Amino acid sequence: MQLFPCPFCGLRSEGEFHFAAEAGKTRPVTTRDVNAEEWAAYLFDQKNEKGATREVWTHLPCAEMFIMSRDSVTMEVLGTQTLRKLPA
Amino acid sequence: MSGTRLTSGGLIDRARRIDFTFDGRAMQGYAGDTLASALLANGTRIVGRSFKYHRPRGVWGGWFDEPNAIFSVKTPRGSLPNVLGTTTALTPGMEIKSVNAWPNARFDVKGALDLFNPWLKAGFYYKTFMKPDWHLFEPMIRKMAGLGALEPDLIEGYTSDQVHATCDLLVVGGGAAGLAAAEGAARQGKNVWLVEDHAALGGGLYRMGGTIEGLAPADWVTARKAAIENAGGRILTHTTAFGVFDHNLYGLAQQSALDVAPTLYRLRAKDCLLASGAIDRPVTFANNDLPGIMSLEAGIEYLGRYGVLFGKAIAIAANHSQTASAAARLRDAGAAVSLFDPANGDLSATGRRRVTSLRQGGRAEAVDCVLASAGWTPVLHLWRHAGGKLRWDDTLATFVPAQAPKGMAAIGAANGIFDLDQALAEARACATGEPYSPSPPRFNLTPTLPKPGAKGRQWIDFQHDVTLDDIALAERENYVSVEHLKRYTTLGMASDQGKISNIPGLAAMAALTGKTIPEVGTTTFRPPFVPLPLSLYHGPHSGQNFHPLKRLALEKLHRSSGAALGEYGGWLRPAWYGNQPGPDAAQSEARMVRAAGGILDASPLGKIEVMGPDAEAFVNFVYYNTMKTLKPGALRYGFLLTEKGVVFDDGVVFRMGPKRFVISSSSSHAEGVTGLLESWRQDGNDPDRVFVHDTTNHWSTVTVTGPKARNVTRSLGLDIDLSAEAFPHMTFRETSWNDVPLRIARVSFTGEVSFEVSIPASKVEALWTAITDAGEPFGVSPIGIEALSILRAEKGFIIIGKDTDGETMPHDLGFTLPRQKKSTAFVGDRGLHTEVANEPDRRQFVGLSVTGDAPLPTGAHLVEGADRRSFGIVTSSYISPNLNRPIALGLVERGAERMGETVTLFHLGKTYEATLTSPVAFDPDGARIHA
Repeated sequence: MQLFPCPFCGLRSEGEFHFAAEAGKTRPVTTRDVNAEEWAAYLFDQKNEKGATREVWTHLPCAEMFIMSRDSVTMEVLGTQTLRKLPA
Repeated sequence: MSGTRLTSGGLIDRARRIDFTFDGRAMQGYAGDTLASALLANGTRIVGRSFKYHRPRGVWGGWFDEPNAIFSVKTPRGSLPNVLGTTTALTPGMEIKSVNAWPNARFDVKGALDLFNPWLKAGFYYKTFMKPDWHLFEPMIRKMAGLGALEPDLIEGYTSDQVHATCDLLVVGGGAAGLAAAEGAARQGKNVWLVEDHAALGGGLYRMGGTIEGLAPADWVTARKAAIENAGGRILTHTTAFGVFDHNLYGLAQQSALDVAPTLYRLRAKDCLLASGAIDRPVTFANNDLPGIMSLEAGIEYLGRYGVLFGKAIAIAANHSQTASAAARLRDAGAAVSLFDPANGDLSATGRRRVTSLRQGGRAEAVDCVLASAGWTPVLHLWRHAGGKLRWDDTLATFVPAQAPKGMAAIGAANGIFDLDQALAEARACATGEPYSPSPPRFNLTPTLPKPGAKGRQWIDFQHDVTLDDIALAERENYVSVEHLKRYTTLGMASDQGKISNIPGLAAMAALTGKTIPEVGTTTFRPPFVPLPLSLYHGPHSGQNFHPLKRLALEKLHRSSGAALGEYGGWLRPAWYGNQPGPDAAQSEARMVRAAGGILDASPLGKIEVMGPDAEAFVNFVYYNTMKTLKPGALRYGFLLTEKGVVFDDGVVFRMGPKRFVISSSSSHAEGVTGLLESWRQDGNDPDRVFVHDTTNHWSTVTVTGPKARNVTRSLGLDIDLSAEAFPHMTFRETSWNDVPLRIARVSFTGEVSFEVSIPASKVEALWTAITDAGEPFGVSPIGIEALSILRAEKGFIIIGKDTDGETMPHDLGFTLPRQKKSTAFVGDRGLHTEVANEPDRRQFVGLSVTGDAPLPTGAHLVEGADRRSFGIVTSSYISPNLNRPIALGLVERGAERMGETVTLFHLGKTYEATLTSPVAFDPDGARIHA
């Protein structure tokens, strides 16, 4: 059971979090033509990186999503980053 | 009968006698005994039969390394199977039974199996029982295999306490090294926990005898314990550290008695000192499994800890420098001891039901007990759980710690230091950080490893009956990888998980393949270190505590109205009301709604607030349907899709104002929809310009539906004109009732005029009472979910997840417009135009009509051709009380263009016939809904 740092609630047990997505994917602008390869890449291609990864996680009790960098080999949490666009 | 309890010595309390039985025979032990020590004191040689050959087996080990002494135990509280006799404390009134033996361990009918051993080698079952079919033989084989049986009074279902804690330093093992280290760290002010799986601290000190730092072992242990506790340290005995998990989490299981629920500690320790000691490694020789052959460690452990001298004429077959002191202890206790050095030639034991002699070359000694040791194996399971590396040490002939995992160090015997004074010095230095210069070890041995090709049956894994020959067979058949070897021969797969058999097994494979032992490698060490009950892990988190039912604010009133409550999508809801059988009640309720009306507790309908400056754009984006054109006061039906274009939820959207919406997701889906909305809000939009808040539990909803719905609702006396002209379908009004805010919407899931009245949950009892009282004169009374399901099916209204599946897109359900026309981006838009989405053979939503009275089975397949290719399924099926015929809904390939076609259905061997129709069976023009 890992410990993850929620930007709002601090260190909490892994069971309170859900993985959401790999970070850094941008939704194609669908009002223009999006070819099948581009759409498939958006939907299905995952980097599944060994080592340092950037992922979006949700802390379920407070519903906040955030970016967590962690090492997928050592399970070390490298840091978190908010998804908020305005300065806090 | 040999086996003697000495008059003094050991940690047992001779003043507290404990009566117990073994296979029905009355025996006595003392407080402080384990099942095994008590049986040995009573002279019991055969404690069980082996798994495969039903060979007689005796106690081999002194603690968790024991492969043979497994029992079914009945205590005054109940029974437990597969109890490890060497680690379980004896308590009064225990009835101990041997397992895998019939009628008992001394006489085992199946013992004759041993005569067939030439054919029962590794892989025997795989090779023999293949033809015609393994399943033919399986019941018989299963009956013959296995250990203890489950008794009706099985102790189970208990609730283990679960404790979460943190500490600076966890010391695993309360032997000399662990105690010294814990004392050193605690004195420095660290928050120290020390765990020891025995009831008493002291580890191997009792078997060593003599003094330690000038004190008797018990006195030295008492002094260390006091020092640790005075410095604020915490000591848990009876506690096994069974696993290391991510981020320094240590699992500790504390079990004081067999029939008492163990306690689970989830301990986060910044650092860990592993002082888990070492276990004796077996010497592999002919007939080394005979009762009376034990590990040397066990032999002197039973003497030192329990005051039991198991043999009068003992042979020690050992290869190391601690043999002499062990022999001296046994001699002092009154045994005749002969010494054998395995290096002097192949050993072989003889005897039938117990060992009677040990031979080496021309030498033979008549003995009643053989104590064997090939050296110490450090207990490094936790080290490996944490990711530590191992190194093969040729001089010690075992694996020792190499590169340490983060935050862990091994000390004492676990670190391959087998001299007491050196272990103490190292432990103290390691705990305090003081410098320490190791001195050369005095302990030494002559490596003793299994010799492939040696004569006689040489047992490697006692519990699973794996011999040296089996390993040779695996090698011949190319199962040479350790993982293949393990699975082919079942080496190390028994409940002891190969604690004593792994190294001999690996060494044998190394010798057979000409590799070194490190080249052969080890299998993976996984938690738990010892078998533990699953109840320990879940603790109180089971049943309702694990997944609580959601309860309606009106539950009390429903119960008093005679509701039959059932779980629907996680909510406990009225299925129907009254004493009729369920199906009959649902039929009459559904009939009542169309004749007069019904009242439904619709509170689980989602009520998710979406507000903020970007709310309109956001709702328009997450919905398939165009929502930005929705006017305040109006509501609109729509779909939420996944990005693949698959329907995720359906529901109505209320526009409360320019910047505020309420999303009424389908019942039971409010959390899922909130999650979807949150993920789009935060990961894709500016989370500070739109807010999502689930108020489903704050508002309760009572729906009045049917031709008399308006009359019933009118009696609430709301300041709203309820007429169809003033208050049309798909609009809502906000007002108050008795000074309580109230929301009333015209939206229908039955096809009848409906008013959905929502009110803060704390006030809903008064509303429900007022509405049901008002309904009575009109013949309108409460209905359950079963009736609602029928009514909506008559109208062809879908239930997401029932009438749709993981491939259903809105155009499969007949909702094609946004797909073709919506100009702004929305979730799933591109997914609706993929090759799959454009596939002409997509399954589309249809109705099915059958002649006759029998409804189609839900789940039946529409089939074609001789091979019954499925081209659709029945998703919902009911008898319609208002049409007086069966109705059904389904998903069918090209369904929309096949209306009127007669199809064949197949379900569980039966064939049915039906005609494809529009999904709307009742009131196809929809006149009633607008009335």
